[in-house]
Amino acid sequence: MTADTASSLLQTPLHALHQEAGARMVPFAGYAMPLQYPLGLLKEHLHTRKAAGLFDVSHMGQIAVRPRSGDLADAARALETVLPIDVVGLKPGRQRYGFLTTQGGGILDDLMIANLGDHYLLVVNAANKAAGLVHLLDAIGTPCSVEPIDRALIALQGPGAEGALARHLPAAAEMRFMDARPIAFADGEGLIVRAGYTGEDGFEIALPAEAALALARALLADPEVKPIGLGARDSLRLEAGLCLHGSDIDLETSPVEAGLSWAIPTVRRRGGDREGGFPGAERILAELADGPARLRVGLRPEGRTPVRAGAPLYPAGDAAEPAGRVTSGGFGPSLDGPIAMGVLPSALAVPGTQVFAEVRGQRLPCAVVPLPFRPAGFKRS
Amino acid sequence: MLKYTDEHEWLRLEGDVATVGITDHAAEQLGDLVFVELPKVGATLAKGAAAAVVESVKAASDVYAPVDGEVTEINDAAVSSPESVGTDPQGAGWLYRVRLSDPSQLDGLMDEAAYRAFVG
Repeated sequence: MTADTASSLLQTPLHALHQEAGARMVPFAGYAMPLQYPLGLLKEHLHTRKAAGLFDVSHMGQIAVRPRSGDLADAARALETVLPIDVVGLKPGRQRYGFLTTQGGGILDDLMIANLGDHYLLVVNAANKAAGLVHLLDAIGTPCSVEPIDRALIALQGPGAEGALARHLPAAAEMRFMDARPIAFADGEGLIVRAGYTGEDGFEIALPAEAALALARALLADPEVKPIGLGARDSLRLEAGLCLHGSDIDLETSPVEAGLSWAIPTVRRRGGDREGGFPGAERILAELADGPARLRVGLRPEGRTPVRAGAPLYPAGDAAEPAGRVTSGGFGPSLDGPIAMGVLPSALAVPGTQVFAEVRGQRLPCAVVPLPFRPAGFKRS
Repeated sequence: MLKYTDEHEWLRLEGDVATVGITDHAAEQLGDLVFVELPKVGATLAKGAAAAVVESVKAASDVYAPVDGEVTEINDAAVSSPESVGTDPQGAGWLYRVRLSDPSQLDGLMDEAAYRAFVG
């Protein structure tokens, strides 16, 4: 990276820490972000699965949605006009997964939404935060105030996360998966949620810049905790079968095609009390009722060759036309082999089906497999 | 004689056969390697065309043929243990040997000092 490039990039509150740790910084969604540290992607990945990994995800967008009436139910109803999920039923202190849909039934962005008692907090993807903010202001800016919050976000993930975090924030140990608790720091308000993007138990902590730097340094003083870059973040989420917006889900792919129907509850489907009423409802509700034409699948290439995003998928080794394509792919360090996700016609999207990915002119056999590739370690109770 | 290319490969010439690999600088930039694909013995290589592939967790990178020639030997250990290409790229992690069809192609390549200056 040249100095000129670096100077035009935004820096997160943990920038100095990344530099001290010897991170290789790359531009990502307008920010200078750590791709990997001297430990290296492979060991960073495995360390997170075995102990605890600290991720700087401050580039992600945090948006507070407050009801102008003062009644949170008004904000919930407004949010249900942009999200096909159950916001009304989301209890205080709880978070859930959702997505902003397009008029065509695609996905503008996927996000986490937490009920914080008097307002909702949305955490959106870095690359989509401007688009998401505009969309929210347009759609619900009258009944709600929609304000980005400029503060850090760090994630601590892995089986050692609870022990490491509870030493500094004891409340962490009392939380279960998808709990969200406000917490006060010396320089402002913050939030702990028990969730993440790795398939491991873990936490995400939203907090002011100075507190973030202090907490990150304190956590990294623990030998169980290592800093983890975006490279391992991607291989961890791929093993966990989690979607990356822009790759596995996008403006064209519907949540049903993406295998995210579980996030759309009965109450928002046909015949439900709060049926539809979100962008793209016609397509999405029809796909929920009748089944989608194509579906996201897990893929295990039979050999050692990694199969990467964009590779066409053929129904047979000698088929003339591809039936689908790989949307994310690479090497799964915890599986010690290549893994991928892709989209296939529903008839082929059945575990056990063999398809062929084309890599450098060769048709490589891949098995359609269930997702995730490895079981999640969430603390559900 | 050890030569380097601006595509971060090295060649060690013995007679008219060169052993080829990626440089330690390239290995460091690529990170942990998880897959290596080599040309077949007997394959004809064209200078500048993809001859091998090295893949990290994140990405696949072509290794270009630094010279024209015929592949005489490949390093099976690099295929079975891709990590060796990352940890010892200029030793045990060599990739293949090629019989040069035009030794004059070596003239345009860098020596050790020039390569170190090139990568800064």
